[in-house]
Order: sequence, then structure tokens, then C-alpha cells
Amino acid sequence: MRAIRVVAVNVFRESVRDRVPYNLVMFAVLLIGSSYLIGQLTAGQDVKIIKDLGLAATSVFGLFISIFIGIGLVSKEVERRSIYALLSKPVSRAQFIVGKYAGLVLTLAVNVSVMAVALYVILAYMVWTEPPTIRAGWDAPGMDPALLKAVFLIFIELMLVTAIALFFSTFSTPILSAALTFGFYIVGHFNADLKNFEKVVSSRAAAQLARGAYHVLPDLSAFDVKTQVVHGLPVTLGYMGSTAAYGLAYVAALLLVSTFIFSRRDFK
Amino acid sequence: MPPAIRIDALTKDYAIGFWRRHTYRALDRLTLDIERGEIFGFLGPNGAGKTTTLKLLMQLIFPTSGRAEILGRPVGDLTVRRRIGYLPENPSFYDYLTAEELLGYFGDLFGYKGADRRKRVADLLDRVGIGAERRLQLRKFSKGMIQRVGIAQALLNDPEVVFLDEPMSGLDPLGRRDVRSLILELRDQGRTVFFSSHILADAEALCRHVAVLAGGRLAAAGTLSDILAFQVHGWELVISGLSPEVLARVTPRVRRATEISPGRYSLELSLDQAPDRMLLDLTAAGATLVSLNPMRDTLEDFFMKRVAEMGAGARTPAVEESRAGH
Repeated sequence: MRAIRVVAVNVFRESVRDRVPYNLVMFAVLLIGSSYLIGQLTAGQDVKIIKDLGLAATSVFGLFISIFIGIGLVSKEVERRSIYALLSKPVSRAQFIVGKYAGLVLTLAVNVSVMAVALYVILAYMVWTEPPTIRAGWDAPGMDPALLKAVFLIFIELMLVTAIALFFSTFSTPILSAALTFGFYIVGHFNADLKNFEKVVSSRAAAQLARGAYHVLPDLSAFDVKTQVVHGLPVTLGYMGSTAAYGLAYVAALLLVSTFIFSRRDFK
Repeated sequence: MPPAIRIDALTKDYAIGFWRRHTYRALDRLTLDIERGEIFGFLGPNGAGKTTTLKLLMQLIFPTSGRAEILGRPVGDLTVRRRIGYLPENPSFYDYLTAEELLGYFGDLFGYKGADRRKRVADLLDRVGIGAERRLQLRKFSKGMIQRVGIAQALLNDPEVVFLDEPMSGLDPLGRRDVRSLILELRDQGRTVFFSSHILADAEALCRHVAVLAGGRLAAAGTLSDILAFQVHGWELVISGLSPEVLARVTPRVRRATEISPGRYSLELSLDQAPDRMLLDLTAAGATLVSLNPMRDTLEDFFMKRVAEMGAGARTPAVEESRAGH
């Protein structure tokens, strides 16, 4: 465990030194700027738009961090040859992979937490400034705790995307890894459509292929409960638990395969 | 007690080409035993297979066949990693860290904590001569300073066996001298040092035993004086203040005389010509000794000969097994 923790802390330190937290500043500027503009343009709908925008920005900023740092977790170590000295220390390749992953998840956790706090600060300001008559017309309370459900599932989704990026980076180049991870992300959000592919195609082979892809590829749309939360619709704890378990099982499987591939790799 | 390092018929092939149908043999059935407590020189030109061997010993690459042990344990054993240190060739580290942070990071991996870790790191950085720059980010370090950091991280855990891949690379003469004395110090502490180099002088200054690789195969192993090619085959005498008359008188006893500058000559003597007698004659005639050196094949000469002898077969599997030990 110690080796995993030590490697993870170093990944976190690297992301801080590489100025990853700057994206938080961009996030805050985007949120504050747009809430001011939206406040000028809309009446009554502004809190909903701010929630939508805040959750979407948390997801997109997190996605960039997941992909662009995730693909470099292994390849950067190999390219700069720092892995040579590291793997001569008492660190197994499995510990290296899990430590690298845990470090980026830690970075994401800090990012997502700070973004969630920033979103709540903006919402608190709106609650404070809007008159009670306007607040009464909102679908959900301004500082709705249910937003945390959406934030939590965004975080699990980012964990999954990070595991996909790490998986590709164990055997592929950074550019190809980024393209493949992004491809997985897009397909993952349309995965539910693959399930019903047989209803729209006549080819049995194509339908079976789509069905196979449906089972292998992650269903990322399951993690998106932004619309329900923003409109005050219920998201049950059972759904939250099962979706999180699905995401974490997928992560575990990806880490296992990544370790398997990485443990057999030659560093020429 | 098992040897410090045991290498048994270690072979590494790389698949090459788009379809990976062809193989390139980087190391061909290398067998070596390295005893504990000695400095062992692993010599060869670039591309001879030295770094491949070291990477196999660190399990950064996996052998096609053969096996290796360090301190009686298989190379993949994590407990062995606690007892060894490794300096990679042209090392490179995390440039966003300071030297102190890098060693602290590696110290954490060994389980060193608090004041013990801080003291260990500070002492080591002082020992390799970069104590004053400990809080500077590595991206600001010169190549020689990075090499010193690399040596420091290899010694962090007081290793019993230290593997140094081209430790003198990138160092100025002062740095080379420092590293040489550090290596001798490690030997005096009873540690085993396995270092690779393509410079014969490094081995001569430090090693009792050497192995020479050429074309992925063991070309020779033993003490430097045992390896025939490195035995003295003559003397080079550099003399100043030598008059043409005296030169004419000694020319029959000289294999070759080369004028370096007016009055200064390089005289090559064969092994049966005692240099001390020649020196007496010359100094009696008013000349002054500048230098006297034994002449022997350089590593480069040796490599060239061996590679020529091995020919194209050096990289193919169809060769007789190379075996050596001492």
C-alpha cells in the first residue's frame, strides 16, 4: 500500500506543478461571468441554467484532465526514462499502475470538489439576491443538496474515463490513446442505442456486433443525471449505488488488464 | 554464499519489422558470475549489449531465454530491490521536482521517514557534491549534475550491490575523479559495484575483473592483465631537448620516432627494449623525460578486432555459447 500511496502523491504533486489547478480559475471565471450574463437575459430560469452550466463544466473540465493527463501517466514516465530508476526501487509494476491511477483520481477529486463548492457559492449568491416570489417558481431549491448526486456520478464517470485513458497508455502512443479514449467516451454516451440496434438494421451480423459492443463498452449515459437533478426529479439511492458499483467494477477490470499488459512490457 | 550476481545464458531478442517476423539479438547467451565485494567492469562499445544486460538485471526488459540472480534471488524479486541501487544510462528524472524532493520520493518508497529520511537525503546530496543545489528544480540542472543526482538515488538505500550504467558519462574531469573515489569507497565498505563503461581507463583505474562485450556476445572476461589483448606490447617515451645527433644514434633501437615539435619526440620502443636503459642514455645526452607510458591495445582496438573476428555471426543465434566466470 505504501508504494501505491507514494506514487499517487507524486502524481498529484506533478499535476499541481504542471498548473492543472489553473483550470479551476477558468471554471470560476466561466461560472461567475455566465451567471452575470444569464441574470441579465432571463427571468426565473437563470438558476436552472447556472446549475446546468456548472454541472456540464465540471464534467467537461474533468474530462480534459482525465484524458490529457491520463494518457501521459505511463507514456511520460517511459519517454523521459524516469521509469528506469523508479522500477529499480521496491515498486511492482502493478503498484506503479494503481498508484498512478490513484494519483490522478486524487487530482480529479480535488478538482471536482472545488468546482462543486464554487457552484454552490454562485447558487447561494443567487438565493440571496433573488426575491422570494421568484425563488418560489424554481423546480428545485437553489442550493439543492441533490446536486451532489450528479457531482458524485460525474466523478465516478471521470474515474472510469481515467481508467480507459490509462489502459490505452499502457500499450499505445499518447495521441492514439487520446483519440481512442475520446472515442470510447463518445460511444459510451450512445451505448444504450447499441442495445436496440437490431430494431433498426436487418443484418443479423451487424445486430450481433452491436450487441457485443453494448456489453463490452461502458454505458456512460448511466452516469448522467444532470437533467433529473436540475429539474428536481428524483434520483434514488439504489440507482446511485448500482451505477457507482457498475463504474467501479469497470475501473477494477480496466486496471487489472492494464496491469497485465504493463507487467509484460519491455522498456527498450 | 551465492555470488553477488549470477547470469546464466541470458539472451535477449527483439522482434523487428512491421510484421515482427525478424529478430535482432541484442544479447547472446551471456554467462557471468560476479563475486561479492568487488568492482566489476562491464566493458564494450556502444551497442555491445551492456545496457541491455543491465536492463535485464533490473527487469526493465524480459529475457528471451536464460536467467539471472542477484544476491541469490531471481531478478524480479521485490526484496532484492531493497538491497540494490541502479544508475540508468543518461538518467532522467522528474524535472518538476527538486533534487531533495526526488530523493525524498524514492526514500518514501524504501519506507524511510521523517528526520532519518531528511538526513539520509542531505548527506547523500553533499556526498555527490550537489548539496548546495538541493532545493533547485531538476529542470535547471546540467547533465553532469543530473548524473550526480542519479548516483545519489542509486545509493539511497545503502545497497549491497550497485549497478552503474556509464557512471562517468556527462561528467567533467573533476566529476570523473569524484565518481572514481566514490566507487572505491563503496568497495572499501564491502559493497559490490557493477559498472558499465566504454572507456578502458575507467576499468584500469578501478577494476580487478572485467568482462568485455562485443556484438552482444561475451568477447573476454577475467582480470585486465589476463586478457591478452590488453597486455603491454611496447613503450612510448616522450622526450624533449633531443638533438638530431643523439636521435640518429638511438634510432636503431627505436621502433618508430615521431617529431612532435622541434626537439620533442615520441619514441616507440618494443617490449624487449628496456625503457629505463634508453632513458638513462638519453638523459645523459642532455634530453629531458616528458612522459613514459606502456603501450597496449585500447578497448576500441580490441572491439574492432573482436567484431571483425565475429563478423556478421555476432548477432545470430547460431553461435557457440559464451561462458565465463572467475
